[in-house]
Amino acid sequence: MKDRTVLEMKNIHKSFPGVRALQGVDFSLCEGEIHALMGENGAGKSTLIKVLTGVYGKDEGQIFIKGSDKAVVIRSPQDAQRLGISTVYQEITLCPNLSVAENMFIGRTAGFGQNWKKMNADADRILKSLDIPATATQQLASCSIAVQQMVAIARAVDMDCKVLILDEPTSSLDEQEVEKLFGLMRDLKARGVGIIFVTHFLDQVYEVCDKITVLRDGKLVGEYEIKDLPRVLLVSKMLGKDLDDMSDIKSAEITYSGADASKAVFETEQLVSDAGIKPFDFHINKGEVNGFTGLLGSGRSECVRAIFGADRVIGGTVKKNGKVVKISKPIDAMRNGIAYLPEDRKIDGIVGDLSVRENIILALQVLKGFFKPFTKAEANKFADEYIKLLGIKTASADTPIKSLSGGNQQKVILARWLLTHPEYLILDEPTRGIDVGTKIDIQKLVLKLASEGMSITFISSETDEMLRTCSRLVVMRDRKVVGELSGDELTQNMIMNTIAGGDKE
Amino acid sequence: MKSKKINFSISNFCSGLVKRQIFIPIAALLLLAVFNLIMDPSFYKIALGYNSEGYPVLTGNLITILDYGSELAILAIGMTLVTAASGGQDISVGAGIAISGSVVLRVLCGTNSRPETLQAPIIVAFLVSCVAAMLFGAFNGTLVAYFKIQPMVATLILFTAGRSIAAWINNNELPIISDPSFAVFGGFIPGIPIPTPFFIAVICMIIMALVLRFTTLGLYTQSVGINESSSRLNGLNPNFIKFLSFVILGLCVAVAGLIKVSRVSSINYSVIAKDIEMDAILAVALGGNALGGGKFNMMASILGAYVIQFLTTTLYKFNVKSDELPAYKAVVVIVLVVLSAPIVREYLSGLGKRLKAKLSVKEVG
Amino acid sequence: MSSSKKATAEKLNLRDRFKNITDTNLLLLITIVVFFAMYIGAMVFQGKGFLRAQTFFNILNANACLIILSCGLSLVMITGSIDISVGGVTALVSMCCAVYLDFHNGNVFVAILIALAIGLGFGLVQGFLVAYLDIQPFIVTLAGMFFARGMTTIVNANPFNVGNEQFVALKETRIIVPGFGYENKLGEYVNAYIQIGVIVALLTVAILFCVLRWTKLGRSFYAVGGNKQSALMLGINVKRTKFLAHLICGLLAGIGGFVYFMYVGSGSPSHASGMEMNAIASSIIGGTMLTGGVGNIIGTFFGVLSLSTIQNIVSSAGFGEAWWTGITIAAMLCLFLVVQSIVMSRKKRA
Repeated sequence: MKDRTVLEMKNIHKSFPGVRALQGVDFSLCEGEIHALMGENGAGKSTLIKVLTGVYGKDEGQIFIKGSDKAVVIRSPQDAQRLGISTVYQEITLCPNLSVAENMFIGRTAGFGQNWKKMNADADRILKSLDIPATATQQLASCSIAVQQMVAIARAVDMDCKVLILDEPTSSLDEQEVEKLFGLMRDLKARGVGIIFVTHFLDQVYEVCDKITVLRDGKLVGEYEIKDLPRVLLVSKMLGKDLDDMSDIKSAEITYSGADASKAVFETEQLVSDAGIKPFDFHINKGEVNGFTGLLGSGRSECVRAIFGADRVIGGTVKKNGKVVKISKPIDAMRNGIAYLPEDRKIDGIVGDLSVRENIILALQVLKGFFKPFTKAEANKFADEYIKLLGIKTASADTPIKSLSGGNQQKVILARWLLTHPEYLILDEPTRGIDVGTKIDIQKLVLKLASEGMSITFISSETDEMLRTCSRLVVMRDRKVVGELSGDELTQNMIMNTIAGGDKE
Repeated sequence: MKSKKINFSISNFCSGLVKRQIFIPIAALLLLAVFNLIMDPSFYKIALGYNSEGYPVLTGNLITILDYGSELAILAIGMTLVTAASGGQDISVGAGIAISGSVVLRVLCGTNSRPETLQAPIIVAFLVSCVAAMLFGAFNGTLVAYFKIQPMVATLILFTAGRSIAAWINNNELPIISDPSFAVFGGFIPGIPIPTPFFIAVICMIIMALVLRFTTLGLYTQSVGINESSSRLNGLNPNFIKFLSFVILGLCVAVAGLIKVSRVSSINYSVIAKDIEMDAILAVALGGNALGGGKFNMMASILGAYVIQFLTTTLYKFNVKSDELPAYKAVVVIVLVVLSAPIVREYLSGLGKRLKAKLSVKEVG
Repeated sequence: MSSSKKATAEKLNLRDRFKNITDTNLLLLITIVVFFAMYIGAMVFQGKGFLRAQTFFNILNANACLIILSCGLSLVMITGSIDISVGGVTALVSMCCAVYLDFHNGNVFVAILIALAIGLGFGLVQGFLVAYLDIQPFIVTLAGMFFARGMTTIVNANPFNVGNEQFVALKETRIIVPGFGYENKLGEYVNAYIQIGVIVALLTVAILFCVLRWTKLGRSFYAVGGNKQSALMLGINVKRTKFLAHLICGLLAGIGGFVYFMYVGSGSPSHASGMEMNAIASSIIGGTMLTGGVGNIIGTFFGVLSLSTIQNIVSSAGFGEAWWTGITIAAMLCLFLVVQSIVMSRKKRA
């Protein structure tokens, strides 16, 4: 093992039924290094971390920790902790009702009695040395989220950790708090702690990290020094596109030619929700297909959720055909002809124990009203129609939706919203988990619906798809809109450049 | 060849039946029925007698079950909806019955607790009690849906105060109604040998069936109970649906309250509907409905209610006193709840798989 | 420091103190203030009776059992669980001891052991079902309550007074509290006294307070109630902690049951009716939150006293009927729940 290396993972393989999450991934971390781990959906980031922290067991491969020549065995989170690997998660895993000092020391030592004096003194000492603005006796809940996170880090550090994993630590922090966190991280770096920084925020990576490891589809794309990796190159590696790949993807043209073709059907003005995006302006014309692109976590879903009223709107307006409409909850949006296929079908999409048929008619039924239930015949007609149209593989329309495969579940949700014949259809990752053939069918369907006058927003992690269907792209980075591309600008290069942020190479 | 086909279709039917939710209360019913058949077949005797007014009435244990199971069946209807939508149970139904029964008596008696004649039409008294019970249901519903308090804890308040409120409504007096027209609801309609509560229960079941058929209440309730987040994104208002379920239960409580006070034409505030909440929860659980909310089968709950009554009547037959009943029912509840706990289910299915493996090995080897 | 700077610093300090005071301590403060306000109010408006120290001691005598039960319940509530079987267990313990002492010519010490065994038994089973089988505590303890009540009647359906001499001697023991006596109507000086049960109750409060504050086990109760997931990640054995909470609560129900038995001197199926609700109400009034993670035994003690004081006030004001009690307690409970949630949300916004 090299002198300064504190962690080395070699040739890690991990599979689950039906998916190979990690295929021969290597990862190494040095002392006093802040190392970013990046990758889009399905890249294998979280699986790698879970293997390292003992939540999953690896199928193949070896892990080496400084101080031992033999590979270590990590079978549980306690094993990982004993080896000096600590993790601070995005959701604070501390007890808000206990004091700061208690949170730092609870559960660590055996013994019967609780020595408050010593504990408080030790805690104050550590807090001071790490410059954390909190006192030992303060209740954790009275500290801001940023400080709570720092207390979690302080606990980890005090447990003699060699490797500190920060899993999306900045997602709920504002700019000042992020700076404070970075200060702490640099302090730890100076002390020789190796930090793995898992994040989606491009700017932050370039501000504080030394190295970047990129994963894609379960494989290692590469490990790079920050100074050797310009932003555009990073984005291209994450999306899996060659920078010079001018492949023959024809960008889509608007095919709707009605008289009101260039009129904006829906617009937003400085719309902002409580989900943490910056206020944004947006418009979509009749028969237009637009997309929101950007890395995962850049705020794409949050924007459309604000339009649909899925998150609480705290400012700005939405207009339909020029008139302001009040959308404070999903039913308002639905009544105005908007439909929304959510990104996370398990949590927000399917109603697991209900049948395929019930899932398909649900949204239309809510629109129709409480006193007008569909007859069994009508429901069956709708269900059969869309099962055929979208090729949904199910034993029958009565099967509970939770027993369908992910892709087929997605098709059922799509059927549900198509059934409402919306004026504006928002599709958030509609092709995730669907086979290639159907992906193309869906893209064709989108174009057909648009040509008939439906406005569609298409969000996908795969830029090919969006280039094939969208005539305009809104680009997002780090929770704010950074650009809008249309016409000739719709190329892979332009997209990646805009995501990366042109001037900071 | 033909016999194989018949065997196949019979086993298909059986496995289909077993998989259906309603199988659970049916199984319990069969268990109890067979048990009683073995112990004493005279349990099932039905006789035609005459009541004190000279009208023919049917008597017998089966009639008792249908009679006294009525209040429970009516409560089970409302409790099923509450359980399905909010994933919790309402333990104030007994106190609620005391309140609504007290309201009925108050309206009928006015200020005199032993009136000669009724002070108001019975229908008016009933409607007033409906309003009262639905208001208390709304109270519970608000705590659960809008203040996000756990249902069992929220209904604890009425459980504590309800009977006191009931007594206060009548100034702690015990009104007695002597007009025989009132006793009809808990007893017999002159000339009809089947007890009236049973008819009332059937009417309630029909109304609920119609509601489930002609509105989307069933679909919405299940959706909210299964996945609140998805339901919201489909345009539903989960808070309101939960609130509504408690109000509907309030209505059921009013009907049950009318029957209860009509049985004795009076009221005993601390005794009326004592421990009925236990029975109601048991009925829902015995009907195979998940106590944590979601899909429900109304028919199964109602059947469960009558099975619970069957259990009660059986226990009475074996000279178990009414104050001792809760002990036996508590054991049944624990067994049911333990068997349906996910950890236990996993353990049992794991056990079953290993058993199957062992047996198949034996077959081969 | 210049005077204006000093003033600012002090102002900051006070606001910081409000912000930094723990939830537990804030609610405790409210409870103690309310209790003293009520008692002083009672002394002022109701006068005579309340001015005597013995009235206060009688409150302690009558509520020794409730204090013990409430302590156990607070413990369970701090872990985020609940136990509504304690009233039933009390009745069962009373009846079993009564039957043993009178029908089997028993020994008082063995009776105490029986009481402890019954309480422990309930705590064990319920704790196992809740902690290890992960079943909803409300249903488990509701069943426990019904089981206990039913068993009480099965053991003996009729209420009766216990005549066992050893027991009666224990029951009648009075511990004199010097200096708080009063003159009775005949002009004689009567000493103030408390019963053995009160000593047991005070001991329980003291021991539990120490456990919750100065032992790792005690702190783990708070951790589990505060955030179960976090507690697990922090290395606490959540299942064992929850199990122990229920076990201790059951044991205390057994102890409280025997104290109750000493107070009433009889066995009856209707003993301790509704006492579990009073215990929960006392805990909540004392600052224990239903959601878990927050609570203080001293507060629970004052909660019991507050509950009892208001019952005394209400009955001496002429509303003595039983049904007023239920309404009063429920109203007080509601009031405290509302006050707690307002104060909590103010604190979060500060």
